[in-house]
Amino acid sequence: MQLTVWTYEGPPHVGAMRVATAMEGVHYVLHAPQGDTYADLLFTMIERRSKRPPVTYTTFEARDLGTDTAALFQRTLISAYERFQPQAMLVGASCTAELIQDDPAGLAKASNLPVPVIPLELPSYQRKENWGAAETFYQVVRTLAGSGRAAVADADALKPLGSDGVPGNPPLPAGISPTRGEIVDVGAAPQSSMQDAKAQDDSGVRASSISPLVGEMPGRAEGGDAASLRSGQGDQLGPTEKNARRPSCNILGPTALGFRHRDDVAEIRKLLGEIGVAVNVVAPLGASPADIARLGEADFNVVLYPEIAGVAAKWLKRTFGQEFTTVVPIGHGATRDFVAEVRKLAGLPTEEADEAAEPASRLPWFSRSVDSNYLTGKRVFVFGDATHALAAARVATEEFGFTLCGLGTYSREFARDIRAAAERYGVEALISDDYLDVEAAIAAAQPELVLGTQMERHIAKRLGVACAVISAPVHVQDYPARYSPQMGFEGANVLWDSWVHPLVMGLEEHLLGMFRDDFEFNDAAVPSHLGSGVRVAAEPAVIAAPQMAEATLASAPADTLTTPEIWHVEAEAELRKIPFFVRGKARRNTEKFAAERGLSEITVETLYDAKAHYSR
Amino acid sequence: MNGPLNLAGGIAGASLPTKGCTERPVLRERGQREVFCGLTGIVWLHRKIQDAFFLVVGSRTCAHLMQSAAGVMIFAEPRFATAVMEERDLAGLADANEELDIAVTRLIERRPDIKMLFLVGSCPSEVIKLDLSRAAARLSERYAPDVRILNYSGSGIETTFTQGEDNCLAALVPQLPEVETAAPQLLVVGALADVVEDQFARLFDAMGIDDVRFLPPRRARDLPPVGASTRYLLAQPFLGETARVLEQRGASRIAAPFPLGAEGTTLWLKAAADAFGVDPMRFRSATAAAEARAKRALEPFRAELSGRSIFFFPDSQLEIPLARMLSRELGMQLTEVGTPYLHRQHLAEELALLPGDVQLSEGQDVDRQLDRARAARPDISVCGLGLANPLEMEGLTTKWSIELLFTPIQGYEQAGDLAGLFARPLDRKTRLRV
Repeated sequence: MQLTVWTYEGPPHVGAMRVATAMEGVHYVLHAPQGDTYADLLFTMIERRSKRPPVTYTTFEARDLGTDTAALFQRTLISAYERFQPQAMLVGASCTAELIQDDPAGLAKASNLPVPVIPLELPSYQRKENWGAAETFYQVVRTLAGSGRAAVADADALKPLGSDGVPGNPPLPAGISPTRGEIVDVGAAPQSSMQDAKAQDDSGVRASSISPLVGEMPGRAEGGDAASLRSGQGDQLGPTEKNARRPSCNILGPTALGFRHRDDVAEIRKLLGEIGVAVNVVAPLGASPADIARLGEADFNVVLYPEIAGVAAKWLKRTFGQEFTTVVPIGHGATRDFVAEVRKLAGLPTEEADEAAEPASRLPWFSRSVDSNYLTGKRVFVFGDATHALAAARVATEEFGFTLCGLGTYSREFARDIRAAAERYGVEALISDDYLDVEAAIAAAQPELVLGTQMERHIAKRLGVACAVISAPVHVQDYPARYSPQMGFEGANVLWDSWVHPLVMGLEEHLLGMFRDDFEFNDAAVPSHLGSGVRVAAEPAVIAAPQMAEATLASAPADTLTTPEIWHVEAEAELRKIPFFVRGKARRNTEKFAAERGLSEITVETLYDAKAHYSR
Repeated sequence: MNGPLNLAGGIAGASLPTKGCTERPVLRERGQREVFCGLTGIVWLHRKIQDAFFLVVGSRTCAHLMQSAAGVMIFAEPRFATAVMEERDLAGLADANEELDIAVTRLIERRPDIKMLFLVGSCPSEVIKLDLSRAAARLSERYAPDVRILNYSGSGIETTFTQGEDNCLAALVPQLPEVETAAPQLLVVGALADVVEDQFARLFDAMGIDDVRFLPPRRARDLPPVGASTRYLLAQPFLGETARVLEQRGASRIAAPFPLGAEGTTLWLKAAADAFGVDPMRFRSATAAAEARAKRALEPFRAELSGRSIFFFPDSQLEIPLARMLSRELGMQLTEVGTPYLHRQHLAEELALLPGDVQLSEGQDVDRQLDRARAARPDISVCGLGLANPLEMEGLTTKWSIELLFTPIQGYEQAGDLAGLFARPLDRKTRLRV
């Protein structure tokens, strides 16, 4: 048993719901007791979807357990089919139903429904939400995508999706065109360049991307073909078939309840259009069973969220010979790498560098502009799902000039990637889904900015540290009305704005240091641009003072309580003149300095000796 | 001051019509229920009893429910947690018990401020027959007298939403000390907001009922006594099991409608006053000012809500008292009033006050009920969080039912606030031009 206060991931059937809810024409019948319907509100309230998730629950009770819960499942399945008339159905069990072993798969088969029924085996006591989403998407693809390379369709077969990009979602704002890549003239790539691209595949792109996360999904029977994955057998593609038309790809991974998935899809669709690559199918978000059946028609796959689409992408590679992207385009640099990788996979010539051209995102200039000097070396703690944590680590160090002081993930499936990256950054990897462990690690690392999930937002508030959200799980305020992708060049702009915003700005930071006694510049004050009336500041502004006091008392690494006896009163007072967001570091450095020299007391002199020592 | 108990009288007073409509037909539904399980009650109970901790023994689903269902991804560390069962806990009950002991030990070490720990059963713990009452007894022995360890079921296979509170309070009843006096005392049962509790305490005091206690108490150490001289008054309509075990301890129930709205509050207080032989003049002088204030507060809402139709999806068992209040005090038209469970005895006084043409339903088949709501096209639908936005998108104005549990709504001073909860969605609809 694991003692849990908050959880980063829900149970695996919630992952299945994320796939089912993302799709069109699919219905999920879940064998589950009363109360499991709470999951509906994740979609209708937190993500603010306007339709109920396409899920029917059997709602068995204790008194049913002695009777025939199997018959209840079958009745529910048939009436759900009759009411909703889906093109395909998913069936499975939640954690409790798993224990009563009614065999939804067998019951569904016996029901002889006239549509494909996909049984899901999601072990609730071993696996979690992202695994459930990946497994569900894999089963959907495996069942519906056919078993061999479909005849290559002509351009007309590339049926456009709804003009708003993703059916069932609010339309995109004006000016954000979900371009489908109607740039025809770059499509006719010669066969040789495509083959060349395959040959070079391992060199540039992978080296500069942080990690090819894909394919690290334990517990899947399909997990054993890493060798064929690396060998890149592009010759199965039959490139001659495609010479006459634009290359095309599928976009895989976006689901319901994903962190910015809606906007990431729009941004990447636009980017692919600019490169000259057509989008065949986006899945699961907005895809119908018929769309899934067309997956094999694309030349390659773009994997946006390896946690969800990795397993399916591998199966598609084995079955249809479709290569898939390994760079997740979060940040300016990663987006450029992604473009290069896509061009290679699409058989398009490498883009020549044009130094004079306007950069595609404003992040590079904003980061180089002199105003941003104050960001240099700020200590940043990164925690999230593996994809977003790895991407944030790269962006934070390479594109903001921050110093990484911690890196972690709750995605145990991708622990190896995180460990490897953490080693490169010289920090210890934190692989945990225990909120309390994460809180302790953050408190110990004493960051100035936390990039995390909704949970780290709580932690950062408790510790009085700035925080920006980079990964699921997130709450309702992280499903914004505005267009706000994390991916692509516009995504890089969004990262810039949302990570800098919580920080105390340059000049203000100096003034805070200079005038400690100013009544507005105290430890409890929030950055002045986050005053009342600004939504993100509302909570910190209200709770800052009492909560900081509470955190100080409650958590060991915080400020006053742990004062060792050796601090002289005057030194302690001097320490309090240092702004709170660097005070922890000053305290720690001074104590370390004193310990190394065997000093029995820390005086004002010691404090400044240590300051000089550590500033080199 | 305490006259002879009016055991026979109840509240068959002037303002109640004679019974007769309690035998109205009820539509009984069986199908998908769009409701929370009893675990959700922890969300308010852990705030009400300030030194109690609630440990759900369940699955990841339970933990996920607790954090997402009520929107309680709140900032401070809450006084609840989940011991998430894993594969190895299912292998054998001996192991599960051992694991549970480890989890409890870790918890108590971390939170030495805890004086009472509830082990809360869930669907999976009950299906594998993990006996939490034995676990509680075993652990109580180890941690007595510092921590009292109790257990109850909040599972979805046994409980619907507010029935979790019912089971929690029922688990407290055997712990209550025995009453040491033959003089009657009043026990008000059901979690109320602290502010409401204080208001009621003042009103009872003004009536001259001076031995009044509340269950649950704000502190685990402050358990009210119970015995044959205890008269209990339910403040919430969903406490069937608690009432049953209180009666086993010898307490007797004061039948009353529930304290929602000006009239409801007066009838509720009057039932207690009559049971304790309070002089009618003294009752009037204790309550008249507050009642008049409540009626004044309701007046503007009556103008807004009168004649509007309302449809209740089943949620908390508060539906029938709410429907009574909205129909009698605000003139709203009731279409369907759904409740997850209809306790005919505890709701007899409420049912008698409902208009004759209302459709009552018990249980749920959510898709069929949605069809009925679409056909009825009520001005306002009271429903859970899973249904609200989809209904809004269909053009039906909704009121989240969960807010009725997370807001102080009982008593005179809250009558206007309660009406405001129903008026606001309609007000909003008339304001918006988008």
